[in-house]
Formats: sequence, structure tokens, C-alpha cells
Amino acid sequence: MAANARVWRNRLIASTILAVLVFGSLGVGLAVGLFRPTAQQTVEIGGPFTLTDQNGAAFPDSNLRGKPFTVFFGFTHCPEVCPTTLWEMSEALKALGPDADKLRVLFISVDPMRDTPDVLSRYMQSFDQRIVGLTGSEEDIATVGKAYRAYWEKILTDDGDYTMNHTASIFMMDADGRFIGTIAYEEKADVRLAKLKRLISGS
Amino acid sequence: MRNSIRDAARVASNTYPLSRFRSIEERLGILAFTTMLLFAMTQGLFAHEFKAGEIEIVHPWSRATPDGAKVAAGYITLKNGGTEPDRLISATGEIAGKTEIHEMAVDANGVMTMRPVEGGVEIRAGETVELKPGAFHIMFMNLKQGAKQGEKFKGTLTFEKAGTVDVEFDVQAIGGATEHNGHGG
Repeated sequence: MAANARVWRNRLIASTILAVLVFGSLGVGLAVGLFRPTAQQTVEIGGPFTLTDQNGAAFPDSNLRGKPFTVFFGFTHCPEVCPTTLWEMSEALKALGPDADKLRVLFISVDPMRDTPDVLSRYMQSFDQRIVGLTGSEEDIATVGKAYRAYWEKILTDDGDYTMNHTASIFMMDADGRFIGTIAYEEKADVRLAKLKRLISGS
Repeated sequence: MRNSIRDAARVASNTYPLSRFRSIEERLGILAFTTMLLFAMTQGLFAHEFKAGEIEIVHPWSRATPDGAKVAAGYITLKNGGTEPDRLISATGEIAGKTEIHEMAVDANGVMTMRPVEGGVEIRAGETVELKPGAFHIMFMNLKQGAKQGEKFKGTLTFEKAGTVDVEFDVQAIGGATEHNGHGG
């Protein structure tokens, strides 16, 4: 009877170990499968565009070859997210020191009707001068927005005015214009800086 | 004659002890001390708190606006010390042509959404509501002038029950740090 119980106990232990092994490896496999897409950059974000910079000059995406860059979509009638993000990126560029010149930072307006090059030019003076403000026709903006899978919509306020909902993440792109990852709004300063350093070093 | 003036001064200085502080240093010291005392006594005026009925309004603040910006956000902490709920239904700011109360959020897809708050922000009895970055804010629109760091601008807050109260918004830096976001630099 005692011997029988021991056999059962051994079987129980063996099957428990087997179950842990099977489910454990399943879990690892699943995790690897889940994380692979971001690690291998299979997400198609980015693409060609031609916009107008804050000085009124044409700015094609070919200007961006050879250096990694970041893209942020916003608008100047934005109370919080846009000025905060531009300020945070200005601070990050400052913190990067000389390495900041190995990076381009773009701010693309999703409100081209109000954000003319003149308006952008004035607005961008409050931030790091290396940040490029871009605008364009509604079609130009739609094209670049689609390429980056950015989302925005006008929200009408009571008297015919409007504000906007929009993608608030920063897209990080490598020197060949390939999507590397995003920086979320309210990401901590050190995390943001670490991500930008990695983007610059190309690893 | 001269002697008699000196004698008079000596008598006076013995009679009125304060006039014994004759050196310029002593007088400056007294002046500085008095100023500090006055300042300490009037601290309540500088503490940046306002009150409307049972609603305590703590530190209304805003962020400096980029050049030419047409909007700014105002933030505030509201404490309801009463036994009745109240609502912040509207606000004004002297720098703005129009002011609304909005709620902002960033959803799971990283999309920032903003919507005017219908019927205002409720402050339940005994509770505290924070209008802060990433949540409710007072939206100053059609700015007549920008908000400059270190300055203040006047405004009003209107509560359903507590009525309208004058406040001053303290303008902080563009990225004006709060305890909620870890701005390192």
C-alpha cells in the first residue's frame, strides 16, 4: 500500500514537471512570437512624402536619408501634448549634446489650414532650433499621415471652432527611413533619452 | 549752541531708546527686519489660494505658451470642504477670447483625445478634484496674448453653487514639470 502510494506520488511529480515544461516552452514560444514583429521591424510605417518646412521651402523625405529621425504629428492650437512634446524633445536634444546633430526631429502639422509656414515658423522659435516644423496641403498631410499610420480628427467646439484628437506618440525612424519604434507621450525623460541614444547608435 | 543740540540729542536718545540705533547699518537692519516681519504677516496673501464658498481653490497655474500660440491650458486643484457637491461650470482668463473646460486623455493606441466637458467638473462633498496635465484642464482659446513664464494672469472660476470667484493663474515653464511626469532636464 505504501509502495503504491509512492509510485503515484512519483507519477504526480513527473507529470507536474512535464506540464511545467510543456506550458513553459509554449509560453516562451508565444512570447518570442509576440515580440518578434517589433524586434524585426516588420510593421510598415513610414514612406515617401513632400511637405513644406517652416521657412516655406519644399521638404521631401529624401532630405532625411543618412540620419535617423523622429516624427511627431500635432498642431499649434494644441494646449498640452504638442508644446509639451516639443519641449521634451528640445530638452532631449540638449541632453544629447553633440550627438543631437546625428538626429533629425520633425513636427508635422495635422492642421495645415491654420498652421501655415508663417504660423509654424513663429511657433517653432520657442523650441530647439533644430526641430523642423512641416506643413503642406490637405492631400500632402493625408499622404504622410497614412504612411505613418497616424490618426487625427477634428472635434468641433460649440461655436464652429475646432480642436483635434491625434496620435501623440513619436515615431522613431532609422537612417534608411525604416520604422524602429515609438516614444509614448509621458514617457519618462530617461527612457526617452535612452531610446534616442539607441536610435542614433543604430543598434 | 552746538553743545546744547548734542545735549538735547543725548537726552532724546536716552528718552527714546529706538533713536539709539544711529548707525546706518543698524537702521538698515531694523528696516530689513521690519520688512521681513511685514512679509511674514502678509504671507496669506501670497499663498496662492482662493476660496469660493466651501470650495478651496489651490494654485491655479498655466504653462508658458510657444510664440504665436492661440491656446493655453489652465490647471487647478479644487477641494470641497462642504457637505454638498458642487460643479465647476465655467472659467475665464484675461488672456483668452474664449475659455472652455476640457477633458484630455491618451488612449491605448497613443491617440490624444480631447472633449469639452458637458455640465462641468463635479467636486463631491469632502473630495478633491485636480485639473492637471493629462486629465481635465481649463482651455484658454483665441489668446489675445501669450502666457509668459513667471507672470500671472487674472481669471474667474464659476461654480454651480459657490458662484464666481476671481483667481490668478501662475504661469510656469512650457514643459512646466508636475510631480506626475518625470522631466529630468
